[in-house]
Amino acid sequence: MTGMIIETEKGKWEIICGLEIHCQIISNSKIFSGASTHYGSDANENVAFIDAGMPGMLPSLNERCVYQAVKTGLGLNAQINKYSEFSRKNYFYADLPQGYQITQFRYPIVGEGKVTVDLSDGTAKEIGIERMHIEQDAGKSIHDMAPDKSFIDLNRAGVGLMEIVTKPDFRAPEEAGAFLRKLRSILRYLGTCDGNMDEGSMRCDVNVSVRPLGSNEFRTRCEMKNVNSVKFVMTAIENEARRHIEVYENGGEIAQETRQFDPSTGKTKAMRKKEFAHDYRYFPEPDLLPLVLDDDYIARIKADMPELPDAKKSRFVNELGLTAYDAEVICENKETADFFEKAAKGHDAKKVANWLMGDFFGMLNEKKVELKDSPVSAENLGKLVELVTSNVINGKTAKDVFAIMADTGADPEKIVEEKGLKQVTDTGAIEAIVDEVIASSPDNVAAYKGGKTNLIGWFVGQVMKKSQGKANPGVVNNLLKQKLG
Amino acid sequence: MSDLTKLTIAEAREGLKKKEFSSVELTKAYIEKMEANRKLNAFVLETPEIALAQAKISDEKYAKGTNGILEGIPLGIKDLFCTKGIRTTACSHILDGFEPQYESTVTGKLLEAGASILGKLNLDEFAMGGSNETSYYGPVINPHKAKDSDADLVAGGSSGGSAAAVAADMCAGATGTDTGGSIRQPAAFCGVTGIKPTYGRCSRYGIIAFASSLDQAGPIAKDVRDCAIMLNAMAGYDPKDSTSAKIAVPDFESFLGQNIKGLKVGIPAEYRPDGLNAEISKLWDDGIAKLKEQGAEIVDISLPHTKYALAAYYIIAPAEASSNLARYDGLRYGLRVPGEHLDNMYINSRTEGFGKEVKRRIMIGTYVLSAGYYDAYYLKAQKVRRLIREDFIKAFEKCDVILTPTAPVAAFPIGDKSMQENPINMWLNDVFTVSVNLAGLPGMSLPFGVNAQGLPLGLQLIGKAFDEGTIFKTASALMTEKK
Amino acid sequence: MAIDNETVKRVAFLSRLKIEDDKLEETKEEFNKILNWVEQLNEVNTDGVEPLISVNDSNLLLRHDEVTEGNQADAVLKNAPQAQYGYFTVPKVVE
Repeated sequence: MTGMIIETEKGKWEIICGLEIHCQIISNSKIFSGASTHYGSDANENVAFIDAGMPGMLPSLNERCVYQAVKTGLGLNAQINKYSEFSRKNYFYADLPQGYQITQFRYPIVGEGKVTVDLSDGTAKEIGIERMHIEQDAGKSIHDMAPDKSFIDLNRAGVGLMEIVTKPDFRAPEEAGAFLRKLRSILRYLGTCDGNMDEGSMRCDVNVSVRPLGSNEFRTRCEMKNVNSVKFVMTAIENEARRHIEVYENGGEIAQETRQFDPSTGKTKAMRKKEFAHDYRYFPEPDLLPLVLDDDYIARIKADMPELPDAKKSRFVNELGLTAYDAEVICENKETADFFEKAAKGHDAKKVANWLMGDFFGMLNEKKVELKDSPVSAENLGKLVELVTSNVINGKTAKDVFAIMADTGADPEKIVEEKGLKQVTDTGAIEAIVDEVIASSPDNVAAYKGGKTNLIGWFVGQVMKKSQGKANPGVVNNLLKQKLG
Repeated sequence: MSDLTKLTIAEAREGLKKKEFSSVELTKAYIEKMEANRKLNAFVLETPEIALAQAKISDEKYAKGTNGILEGIPLGIKDLFCTKGIRTTACSHILDGFEPQYESTVTGKLLEAGASILGKLNLDEFAMGGSNETSYYGPVINPHKAKDSDADLVAGGSSGGSAAAVAADMCAGATGTDTGGSIRQPAAFCGVTGIKPTYGRCSRYGIIAFASSLDQAGPIAKDVRDCAIMLNAMAGYDPKDSTSAKIAVPDFESFLGQNIKGLKVGIPAEYRPDGLNAEISKLWDDGIAKLKEQGAEIVDISLPHTKYALAAYYIIAPAEASSNLARYDGLRYGLRVPGEHLDNMYINSRTEGFGKEVKRRIMIGTYVLSAGYYDAYYLKAQKVRRLIREDFIKAFEKCDVILTPTAPVAAFPIGDKSMQENPINMWLNDVFTVSVNLAGLPGMSLPFGVNAQGLPLGLQLIGKAFDEGTIFKTASALMTEKK
Repeated sequence: MAIDNETVKRVAFLSRLKIEDDKLEETKEEFNKILNWVEQLNEVNTDGVEPLISVNDSNLLLRHDEVTEGNQADAVLKNAPQAQYGYFTVPKVVE
């Protein structure tokens, strides 16, 4: 177990945390209108009349959003509800043109599910999904364009959202972080949400409470809205938990409230007190009929499901012999996993993984390029590994070859051929060099024989140098040991 | 030339086809009538230039033979239908100067069929009212007066402008909307014919919403045939309205004149409560007799939850309205009354922009949906709504169509004290009409007679869902020889 | 369920409407009268009755995922009481 226990002078406390994640659905048009979902257009250009809450305008549901929601539900191992309903959530806000948000309340499209997350200590934990529903996004209010006015852009108003609500299963910030990364990975595999927290296409609300370790109670929780990075979510959980503990230990009570997370301080603060609390007055949306899905429809989506990170990871471990850690890292991102599989095809997968996670990622980082723009193709990376495993070149040469590949994008076989880098495995040729080195260094030979066996490395180095790095290090080693006795 | 505005749509269409007169002539005649009757306050916006321009095009189409089914017919449009580029206000201050940049599906279909728009018609603010007295533009005056009084009478509501304009020949026909009786009751008060079709028959797209699960558009016209002709043009599935029904629309005109021998007409006992106005009771009996004469079979039926319909309606409709009217916040269109902060701007704009009845209903609706009261009021009302619908389903196992009075009273004087002092008294006028909306059924009001004061009284026909055809058939039988 | 002045105020605020203090009592009384009247529904036994949320028996039909509307900022802003640089503007919102 990885639960975080916060210990103070007065006692031990446990964190209880649940997340609500809003994920923008990938679709061409909005969930209830024919306006584009494109991000970054001029203000109010992607706005249908209903998105502006114009009188008499009506919503009509985008089939793609339903498809994406069902797909996501399946990806979360969740119950797909064949009957769901839309409701109105009523509140006034400048960027909510209709005065209500169309969402799902009593009957969401996706019910309970579960996601397994891997933790740093090597254990795995199952996080329960309470539900997932679909709804429309709000527009954007911009407050910093003029001192006395706010500016309203409705381009985002009406973009489809999936709201995923977890059970209060997190006991440590790390668990929430691991879950968010896993969720993002699943969504990207599915192609249902791009998961960019910094662009706001995935937004997280964090609910936190604490309780004395060993107790089963649920105390008052506070909600922090729109915490916009994995790191901030983890910071927010820990700091909010510590705040609760401090209040309790000083004899205070926690008020149920929505708080704001300040990324610059890592602290949370209460939002401006509302004169009256919200009362959303949910009721069934009379402009939309209930959404009814049939088994065929769900089966068709099931058939469209890609292999998800968990399945891929266990396949990489079981069939390709990767370590759990390597497989986890490689599978977090579908593009990486695909690249890896392409590179590993027909070659030593474990070695390909090492190269990928070592020199290859290092090269991408250094060149600041993304995987899709890598100068080294998956095929060429595979070939390079093959050249090493089949003893055509040795590891050191391979690094040199890789550097050339990174600069030119060339095929490693050609590089080795053109530059004459094939390693020497001919024992006779190597033996000659070994003899030469032994003959020219009597002092070291004596020292070695006198017990300084770690001089073997020095001898190997000398031989490699004379062979211009092309000698097979294994052969060199064996010969030296033989001849030095 | 005789008064062209006296012609029904069917007659005018014939005349236009035979080139007895042009659409421009017909339109000019209506424009004159519209201007001559301004005192009735039926139109809140007159658009004679638009109508004439459309009429010219219609005349060309008749010449080419490419005329549509309503080609050259000048109509009035209830100011709840959004008309592109033409001011649309729902007769509310809060929509001051609002010019929709889109066309409602229903008006779009009417235009497509060749109709022209004479102007926008008065209504109760956001269609909330039963006398057209809640309009920001003032009440509509009923063209009819009682024999022994000169008092101005209400035209009924909410489609008071539509009914009065048709009754006073200010337009050939008009669109209306009906949430709890808003087509049928003013039609009855003004002595014209109006039908609220089945919920889902006409698209609600572009019609300013009052209560979405109840609102339905329909025509108000001079007679049954004109209603059929207009409804033919207005009805049909619209993908832009998810609640519109993907069900074929029959030619409603084809039902007129069909034999009603053996037709089972249901008479619900609950619609004849103790104290029902004797004249209305008699009117109903006359209607029953007339259908019987023509071979219909009269069947006693029961709609046991009728008495609870109004209470359920006055929970459900305000609840939906409170949400539908949240968008009028002074931000994107209409009236804005400045305020220091956003909430002040909302409160100032809405407080000044909405009239008393609208505010009353918004507040009731907000209350019945609020935390802790939802189950007791809204959910309860929806359960009762189901029982009301089931009453009709059971009744229709025994009959094909139901005949009732449209309203318990005739038109009353503008400013009537008891109605003004107690809103519930006004609401009670919808007692015979709201059930039909709650059950989503079609209902038609027919000007079947007058009371001793000479004021029109209406009978209502209620049909099965999507069976307006039987209503039209029965209506034409009921109204034969009357004209 | 009789309601008090506080409730009337709360409902008015939720509705973003203002009721002048001197109208509060009158509004409350009217409100209670209406609530009393609708409470006749309590006479109806609705045990086991499902609420009716739509009279339409068919299922929701879905729209294809196509961009059919947009690039009409002028039309969207046409009726705006206040707009600037292509945005609607409002009094500064204090978060």
